[in-house]
Amino acid sequence: MSRTITIDHVTRIEGHAKIDIHLNDQGKVASTQFHVTQFRGFEKFVEGRPYYEMPAITARICGICPVSHLLASVKACDAIMAVQIPEPAQLLRELLHCAQFVQSHGLSFFHLSAPDLLLGFDSDPKLRNIVGLIEKHPEAARDGIALRKFGQQTIERLAGERIHPSWTVPGGVNKPLSAETRDEILAELPIARSIIRRTLKTFKAMLDDFPAESDAFGNMPSAYAGLVDFDGNLRIYDGILRFKDSEGKPMASVSRALDYSKFIGEAAMPDSYLKAPYFKPMGYPDGAYRVGPLGRLNVAEQCGTPEADVELAEYRQRLGRIVQSSFFYHYARLIEALYGVERMEQLLENPLILDRHVRAEAGVNALEGVGIIEAPRGTLIHHYKVDENGAMKWANLIVATGHNNLAINKSIQQVAERFVDGNQFQEGMVNRVSAVVRAYDPCLSCSTHALGQTPMQMRLYGPDGQMLDEVAT
Amino acid sequence: MPQKISLRIDGELIHTAGQRSILEVALEHGKFIPSLCHMKGLASVGACRLCIVEVAGVGRVLPACSTPVQDGMAVTTQSDKLRRYRKIALELLFAERNHVCAVCVSNGHCELQGLATKLGVTGVRYPYTFPKIGVDLTHKKFTLDQNRCILCTRCVRVCAEVEGAHVWDVSSRGVGSRLVCELNRKWGESRNCTSCGKCVQSCPTGALAEKGFAVEEMTKRTEPISRLTALRGVRP
Repeated sequence: MSRTITIDHVTRIEGHAKIDIHLNDQGKVASTQFHVTQFRGFEKFVEGRPYYEMPAITARICGICPVSHLLASVKACDAIMAVQIPEPAQLLRELLHCAQFVQSHGLSFFHLSAPDLLLGFDSDPKLRNIVGLIEKHPEAARDGIALRKFGQQTIERLAGERIHPSWTVPGGVNKPLSAETRDEILAELPIARSIIRRTLKTFKAMLDDFPAESDAFGNMPSAYAGLVDFDGNLRIYDGILRFKDSEGKPMASVSRALDYSKFIGEAAMPDSYLKAPYFKPMGYPDGAYRVGPLGRLNVAEQCGTPEADVELAEYRQRLGRIVQSSFFYHYARLIEALYGVERMEQLLENPLILDRHVRAEAGVNALEGVGIIEAPRGTLIHHYKVDENGAMKWANLIVATGHNNLAINKSIQQVAERFVDGNQFQEGMVNRVSAVVRAYDPCLSCSTHALGQTPMQMRLYGPDGQMLDEVAT
Repeated sequence: MPQKISLRIDGELIHTAGQRSILEVALEHGKFIPSLCHMKGLASVGACRLCIVEVAGVGRVLPACSTPVQDGMAVTTQSDKLRRYRKIALELLFAERNHVCAVCVSNGHCELQGLATKLGVTGVRYPYTFPKIGVDLTHKKFTLDQNRCILCTRCVRVCAEVEGAHVWDVSSRGVGSRLVCELNRKWGESRNCTSCGKCVQSCPTGALAEKGFAVEEMTKRTEPISRLTALRGVRP
């Protein structure tokens, strides 16, 4: 008799999701479905608001990475004002973004995924969380908390507030950086750097412990996307949006932000509030691509900072030039965190960063604007249309997790097929299905622009559609 | 020569000139009476009902801004009843429109927000009406967001009494009342507006704001307007 397992809800992710695993008569996996169960409607209710309110409104999509939405939004607003913002403002915005990268990657790795990696996928689910981590691996838990604190404190030092700051404004930022604040941040950089170095070392030593997971956690060919500069260096605040295929061959480069819609289409899914973007020239669903740390490192030629480049070279030596398994999102995430810290140092050492000219002022000079940045989870696009008075007429937000939707679905199917056996049902199997979702570090609240808590659910269904089991992981 | 009178405010004996409001005299003597529609230099209209006080021998509460002091009057500015009523009045202001502080230009500098904090309004007990009202962005320099308007009519008065342009008025009745520009024109099409910005500076919330200001950036100053009216001898 066939059955369905439902994971309802998936824990240790940002947002609300549910997974259904349908089993066939032999107890093997027949199909899987990933449902994102939240709805918010930001794109609709912003209509009529002044465009320059968009950064503050869209930042409320998420409390974890409001800085990403702020930056994508102010960039779209810059485009509507048709201004080139002062260079110091660009540097400051990028600095803020790097701080967010460090804190967000720290959160994903230590707080959300380390319990699986350090305590084991099959360990007691009651302790498989940050509290269990504190008990068993206090040094790792301390590192995680310290790294996140560094990132969050830097955001506060720069922008005045940790969450939803109002410092970034259309045209630049509203306050220059003081030399004291710069020195305070610089003084703390070495601690953050040593935590990431230590964590990378630990993670690399563990790589051989997860052969099955690295083999079956979304190990599949797909295209990849991310921002790079003209030399192919990894960029997170500004750059060319580049697509590469599963072999690493360039597929497209979008240097004018407005052109993104020529390359990215969005498909609505019948059983999820999360849309599925795809690479338009290849159509849906063949145009599936991955973004985020794995995608970015596949697309970039190098990071562009010394230590991160050394780590990237080793990463490629171990796993190949194009890394296909989503298990290695964790690895790529740590390299990016290192890049974030190094890039912060570069930016802070640029004397221009203390310049007091940090804001351009203008009214509405274009009726359409697009802002593209790399959020920690992947490419984030804000696209606005306004009337001649600056009132919002239309908005489209394509959020990192959305780009990965098709890949997450495929990965769930792959992990379920490999690990879930209806005849010998065990909790660890289900946890692996959740863990592959966690590898992408999805932010479902962001991606549906929807209200959410953290859990995800899994349900098991029989062939007649009857629910047989339900697990909250 | 105005007549000298004596009254007690919260038990304190005060000697003052007549023909002044309770609010004016109380503020002058360091009493705290909350208000939103009152602005020094403008006529009082008693619109917000926050400045209510109790007067001995009067069976109902009275607005301090539009009740003149009288000889022998005994006024109470603080009591449990008054605090309760003032909170209700504030909560109803919030329930009537869409006040979203987090994304407002006046967040942190808003008189409505400041009073709510001061008077201990931690939630709104009445259902929000969520009216669907738009934003007028047609003026070159300023914006009108009716979602944040509390109908205090400071803008109406400052424009009519000080600038002499009388661009603003209130249309309709009750909960449907709306601030209108020149018999319901778009602000950008106004024929009388001098773009002086007095209405913006007088507005206690983010309803009237300067264009291009991001969240939390709009600070306002009413003292220059009050000084101007004093200099002109319009009002003390």
